[in-house]
Amino acid sequence: MTNDQSPIISVRDLTKQFGSFTAVDHISFDVYRGEIFGFLGANGAGKTTAMRMLCGLSYPTSGTGTIVGFDVRTQGEQIKRHIGYMSQRFSLYEDLTVAENMALYGGIYGMSGETVGKRIDEQLTQLRFLEHKNDLVGSLPLGWKQKLAFMVATIHLPELVFLDEPTGGVDPITRRQFWDLIRTTAKEGTTIFVTTHYMDEAEYCDRITMMVDGTIRALDTPANLRRHYAQITNRPYDEMTMEQVFYTLARDAMRGD
Amino acid sequence: MANDMSTFVSFIKKECTHIFRDVRTMLIVLLMPVVLMMLFGFAISTEINNINVAAVVDRYTPEVRRDLTALEQNPYITMRGVIRENEVDGCLRSGDCAAVVMFDAQGRRNIVLDASNSSLSASAGSYVQSILNRGQQMPLPVTTYMRHNPQLKSAYNFVPGVIGLIFILICAMMTCVSVVREKETGTMEVLLVSPIKPFYIVLAKMVPYFIVSMINLATILILSDLVLDMPISGNLPTLLTLCTLYIILSLVLGLFVSTMAQSQMVALLICAMVMMIPMIMLSGMMFPVENLPPVLKQLTYIVPARWFNDAIRKVMVEGLGLTAIWKEFLILAVMAVGLFATSIMKFNDRLE
Amino acid sequence: MKSVLPILIRKELTQFRRNKVLPRLLIMMPLMLVLIMPLVTQMDVKNVSVVVIDKDRSSLSMRMESHLTHSDYFRMDESAADYDEAVRLLDQGHVDIIVSIPQHFERDMQSGHAKPILLVANAVNATKGAQGMQYAMQTIASAVQELATERGLSTFDLEQSGLSTNRLITVQNRYNPTSNYRHFMLPALMIILLLLVCCFLPLLNIMTEKEHGTIEQINVTPVGRLEFMLAKLIPYWLMALVLLAFAMLLAWAVYGLVPAGHSALIFLGAFLFALCMSGFAVSIANISNTMQQAIFVMFFFVMQFMLMSGLFTPVDSMPVWAQALTYLFPPRYIIHIMRAVYLKGALLSDLWFDFTMLAVLATAFNILATITYKKQN
Repeated sequence: MTNDQSPIISVRDLTKQFGSFTAVDHISFDVYRGEIFGFLGANGAGKTTAMRMLCGLSYPTSGTGTIVGFDVRTQGEQIKRHIGYMSQRFSLYEDLTVAENMALYGGIYGMSGETVGKRIDEQLTQLRFLEHKNDLVGSLPLGWKQKLAFMVATIHLPELVFLDEPTGGVDPITRRQFWDLIRTTAKEGTTIFVTTHYMDEAEYCDRITMMVDGTIRALDTPANLRRHYAQITNRPYDEMTMEQVFYTLARDAMRGD
Repeated sequence: MANDMSTFVSFIKKECTHIFRDVRTMLIVLLMPVVLMMLFGFAISTEINNINVAAVVDRYTPEVRRDLTALEQNPYITMRGVIRENEVDGCLRSGDCAAVVMFDAQGRRNIVLDASNSSLSASAGSYVQSILNRGQQMPLPVTTYMRHNPQLKSAYNFVPGVIGLIFILICAMMTCVSVVREKETGTMEVLLVSPIKPFYIVLAKMVPYFIVSMINLATILILSDLVLDMPISGNLPTLLTLCTLYIILSLVLGLFVSTMAQSQMVALLICAMVMMIPMIMLSGMMFPVENLPPVLKQLTYIVPARWFNDAIRKVMVEGLGLTAIWKEFLILAVMAVGLFATSIMKFNDRLE
Repeated sequence: MKSVLPILIRKELTQFRRNKVLPRLLIMMPLMLVLIMPLVTQMDVKNVSVVVIDKDRSSLSMRMESHLTHSDYFRMDESAADYDEAVRLLDQGHVDIIVSIPQHFERDMQSGHAKPILLVANAVNATKGAQGMQYAMQTIASAVQELATERGLSTFDLEQSGLSTNRLITVQNRYNPTSNYRHFMLPALMIILLLLVCCFLPLLNIMTEKEHGTIEQINVTPVGRLEFMLAKLIPYWLMALVLLAFAMLLAWAVYGLVPAGHSALIFLGAFLFALCMSGFAVSIANISNTMQQAIFVMFFFVMQFMLMSGLFTPVDSMPVWAQALTYLFPPRYIIHIMRAVYLKGALLSDLWFDFTMLAVLATAFNILATITYKKQN
């Protein structure tokens, strides 16, 4: 019986080394059910590497982690049954149709043919995409590909969804729409773990961390962070943006842009 | 102008880094000629070095025993033993023996051959016959002389073929896949909008493979001389010129094919089907061109490897010079230029 | 949990259908291999160009020349006034064999003091030179025999002297009475088809997924390694068998070649072979980073297989160390099986070793394939 108050993700001193290069350096945090948890940082900070460890795509070099109650080092396959994932790079089949991709993954997660069919129509209707149900994915513009990837990640109604830079490369309006989608999904009870390098997206999250050079430099709600750093830098709270918080934090950073 | 040049050089450096960093592929690319040469030189042979023979004996007479001893002692024959008549079929069918010598009660000998390999079985049959007929003289006074290759070294035959094959494989295929890879991943577009002309981009792509091919050429020639005992009789400059031209042609061929493919998989398949297999089959590398039916013979005229093969045999084995191969040289040069021009045109087309 | 395999296989088949190149290629390949390759893979020597320098001008030398002219193997398009000119023609490639008959040859033959006939062959192509030489010698010898028989001469008695007719040797050719080299090559060409399909297609398939990143989305799902592998392999096994059947039909339709033994054995062998090679291909794909790399590694191995497995040259003729290596090569066994069943009507009991080895190698390669596939790095 899972206690609703226990964290859905719990990570202690998680580290990933590639040879002499430490990509992720002893990070620790908890994520609670129903949260939108943001993992912010510049490119190269280690966000994607950290996420891949949580998803069971990469073995941690050291440290411990528990995802939906399963050990990240030894129970990767069980974790995968309970999560959804959207990778930074588009990773669905371009030579299959929208419906075929969704049906494939629905079936992979154990949904029956009938359930999948209904779910597909449901999701497509929600996104007003039903008429493109039988289009080849390769012919879709980038924004729709991202949305499709999100639908596939959530098709089986997982408890926890990992999104790696979901809004990379799309226009601001599409970005906004995407976050509306994310928030709706979160309201339905799904926990969202999202990485991004767009600092303004932090406002959409319940809590965020800032990663710099593989370590976590901050972990709090966006509002708290702004208040705290406004104080430190002697600026009025209203004018303190997340970007400024980040610049303050990352002044001494070595990696990334 | 100088700016262009330095951009070009930096492109070349980028391409070289790309290639040379992939240790696994480099290893294979540089080792393949060595392995092929070794194989052809020491392992593979079209001659028969071993014939498995069994015998069926009805009655042991002194002559029969002498025959059996002669067979057993022959270094090219492995005697599988004496079997019963009803085992002959099974023995041949399973491939345990290639021939069965049946000695009947009157001392007559019947050689039963597994003729499923028709060319080998004829030689095997006549060899076994000659052993059974040992002690006979050749009544006809004939002297034979194998010109250019008195020891009948098969190296003379295959080394040119190996050279041709390696170059086509590495230059054409690798260049092709490399260019298509950039197309597929979209990095090609980035290159195309840079100030450097497509001509130079493409040229830069070919340089590392050119270098690798020259290394391979050197390897093959050195191995051929030291290990396979096939010296380059004369005319090294002509040989190098010819090979350089062929390398360039192969690179250009790879480039040409790359303009037709959109994905790496397709590029590879086209290279293999449209280029490599016809090259191997129709160039005279492995199978003589003379025996081809007229239609295919006509086809060989457009296969670059065929001209290269003719020319390189003349140079490597007969030691002839540029004047002897001017025809082949010209054809190869025209092909190279033509293909290159077409490829560049296609490249420029796609920009619009 | 219900098996995901059917879904995955359906996806593979859908992708195959949508591919623009692959289906057409798969039809073209058997056609090319069965229709065109046999025309090319000729080891026999024909149309050898011969020139005769006849300084004797006797009935014997003219008979020799006549036999050469009328032979199927030779053509006499060139003429030379003397030996030096003939050698020039040889070097330029217009002539393959020179037959130089010295003056007074017939007269001196009868007294046993003849200067020998000089046969010169262009041996740049050693096989061609040797074979041409052999044919030339046989043709000349037959001319001599013919003349001797006509004249009732015993000096040129080519019957094995010293032996009575009791020690006659007869030769019987089994399994290929028409000595058709094509019939020998066709089963081997079918194997080439299987080899190419089973080695390269699964490899390209997996590498494409790796390079496009789609494999990552699969790795993050609970799909098991074995299921994923099987979904990638099973379509190719089926494809291989279908193509084989197609090739066999073509062989029958065009060359009238029908298996002497049971077709079931052929398909069993082909199936095991497909298992071996596709498992091997997947293993290579799993350890490769880029498509270029995978292609080259595979090409390397395919080349070894094609050269050393008895396709073109006999395994028995290789040195011992090379033969030992081939025990690990699946093509060696299937080539043996194909030829034995197709041409000799071999039975399972004749070929038990080959079948067993194929089964062993198939298991080994497929275990390797599953082990090398890592969902987590």
